[in-house]
Amino acid sequence: MNKPLPNSLRTGPDERGHFGIFGGRYVAETLMPLILEVERAYQDARRDPAFDAEFHRLLTHYVGRPSPLWFAERLTAHLGGAQVWFKRDELNHTGAHKINNCIGQILLARRMGKTRIIAETGAGQHGVATATVCALFGLPCTIYMGATDVARQSPNVFRMKLLGAEVKPVTSGSATLKDAMNEALRDWVANVADTYYLIGTVAGPHPYPAMVRDFQSVIGTEARAQLDAAVGRLPDVCVAAIGGGSNAIGLFHPFLDDASVRLVGVEAAGHGLDSGQHAASLSRGRPGVLHGNRTYLLQDEHGQILEAHSISAGLDYPGVGPEHSWLHELGRVEYVAVTDAEALEAFRLCTRTEGIIPALEPAHALAQVTKMAPAMDKDAIILMNLCGRGDKDIFTVAEALGVKL
Amino acid sequence: MSRIAARFAALRREGRAGLIPFVEACDPDRATTEALLAGLPGAGADLIEIGMPFTDPMADGPTVQRAGQRGLKGGATLGVTLDIVRGFRRNDDATPIVLMGYYNPILSYGVEPFCDDASAAGVDGLIVVDLPPEEAEELAVPAGRTRLDLIRLVAPTTHAERLKAVLQGASGFVYYVSITGITGTRTATEEHLREAIPRVRAATDLPVAVGFGVRTPEHAAAVARHADAAVVASALIDTMAANLDEAGRLKPGTIDTVLDQVRALAAGVRGARVGRAA
Repeated sequence: MNKPLPNSLRTGPDERGHFGIFGGRYVAETLMPLILEVERAYQDARRDPAFDAEFHRLLTHYVGRPSPLWFAERLTAHLGGAQVWFKRDELNHTGAHKINNCIGQILLARRMGKTRIIAETGAGQHGVATATVCALFGLPCTIYMGATDVARQSPNVFRMKLLGAEVKPVTSGSATLKDAMNEALRDWVANVADTYYLIGTVAGPHPYPAMVRDFQSVIGTEARAQLDAAVGRLPDVCVAAIGGGSNAIGLFHPFLDDASVRLVGVEAAGHGLDSGQHAASLSRGRPGVLHGNRTYLLQDEHGQILEAHSISAGLDYPGVGPEHSWLHELGRVEYVAVTDAEALEAFRLCTRTEGIIPALEPAHALAQVTKMAPAMDKDAIILMNLCGRGDKDIFTVAEALGVKL
Repeated sequence: MSRIAARFAALRREGRAGLIPFVEACDPDRATTEALLAGLPGAGADLIEIGMPFTDPMADGPTVQRAGQRGLKGGATLGVTLDIVRGFRRNDDATPIVLMGYYNPILSYGVEPFCDDASAAGVDGLIVVDLPPEEAEELAVPAGRTRLDLIRLVAPTTHAERLKAVLQGASGFVYYVSITGITGTRTATEEHLREAIPRVRAATDLPVAVGFGVRTPEHAAAVARHADAAVVASALIDTMAANLDEAGRLKPGTIDTVLDQVRALAAGVRGARVGRAA
């Protein structure tokens, strides 16, 4: 680790989708021509100013971007150290950062002439965002969701159905996000001609990790300009939660080449990193191949994939985006982990001090902030991605706190 | 000459296509797999495919997914699977064995040691579903060194331009995935095979095997009229799955039932009488 860094960390991946040894395209031959078609279409779209203009028009007038940058003054005073600033992506339409990527990919699917959309979802935020853009453009969509997640995220299931999506509970394997992704890939193999797979995170085969990152980078790009306008400088630290890692890479990417900015990714430690019940693929996993890319995975000694655990359904994934694996091995981003209990405590703190009910995913990031801020100077700045709102989680939190609703 | 090349040469001399039954390792236990393997050549199997179970088999339908879960529960690891092959080889040095699975367990075992151990155990070829030619070099090099054929997959979506690249450096035989879909779901029409197989043949001199959706002796015969071998998996696994007791053990007599099914499939393949006689 801490090898000499390349001139820029923002140019990856290479033409075959590799970030160092990570990433790539590990899919069945049936899908390979499609993956290549998606890549060609995306490269073409990137060069088209009309595509970019339409993307930004929708972000502005439909999603409500730019999302505000908020100085969390009471929280800062409570922690007694560094200034804490929130990038308020929970204020986006549909309540999380997921919609940024969905807007980009639905425009690509339309450009490719695809007439049916499929997606996987864990917490349901990506499923809701996908169902939303499908409603907006009048396309039928099928959302695969682990049966376990269907049970613990029922409000989002209802939202997806209201939006006209077909929600298919997945019972195979461990019936969570990874199995939903398997099932979506199986659907795609069987419906190659008309279907577009709208992947929700920076995982999957190339070009998805790079494409989703590009669409989510609007978060970091905006935050950088907003902070500059507010205080005239860069943040000292950026903090974001990591499941697959799309909100984190969206915040980090525009800062990768600024050596003075510490970047901290927060994985879910569940019941503890040594409990065997966590979702910390970078902290406790090792490299392998799953869902089309090479990356850090939770796996047993035989290479069988282990079930992840987190109180947050959105972080409950045994892998992580390949670019994060690369940044981890380079040492450019620090990856730490926060337990269910710490995230719950941060959830309550944010609610009481800032009047913002955060999703359990950014509550993990906030728990890390509460560990770091007190030891930092009062003029230091921590920029945290508040990537989702917590309405979807109130039942989970109530249960964890022993409250009957 | 490798066992795979020798067997396809023999089939050509006989003027017929071959049958490749698929068995998931340790479904539902090791003894069952060993007994099945021992019986398959006598029942008409020309080559044998052994599935290496993986927790996340993204190209497989429910039948093979469940077989994999039973296999993992039954103790399947790559080490155990190679041990099963070693046992089979003590009594059969002619029937080619091809292992089929996903890349992660092989990566975890170590690509180099896996190729060494598989070759030493008597494995002849590998089919790694999620390893397209673009990513295959890491495995292709040690496989070549240890004389394991890395079997390439061709799908209906593999267009002409790509086909050449996919078959570059291929060895053993070519596996034609006859449907766009997962295992055990749809069945290709004979019209499709009539159009597709010559397209593959035009790009390679290697034998062409057809899999995904071959379930009955009639399907197998249809495949045998156009290709060099038919792979049958889900239909055999369904028979096993329908004959498990409450504890998940195979009911007595089931192995014979499966072998009878293989005999019927072999008769279908042999009765198709086509061939590309040498």
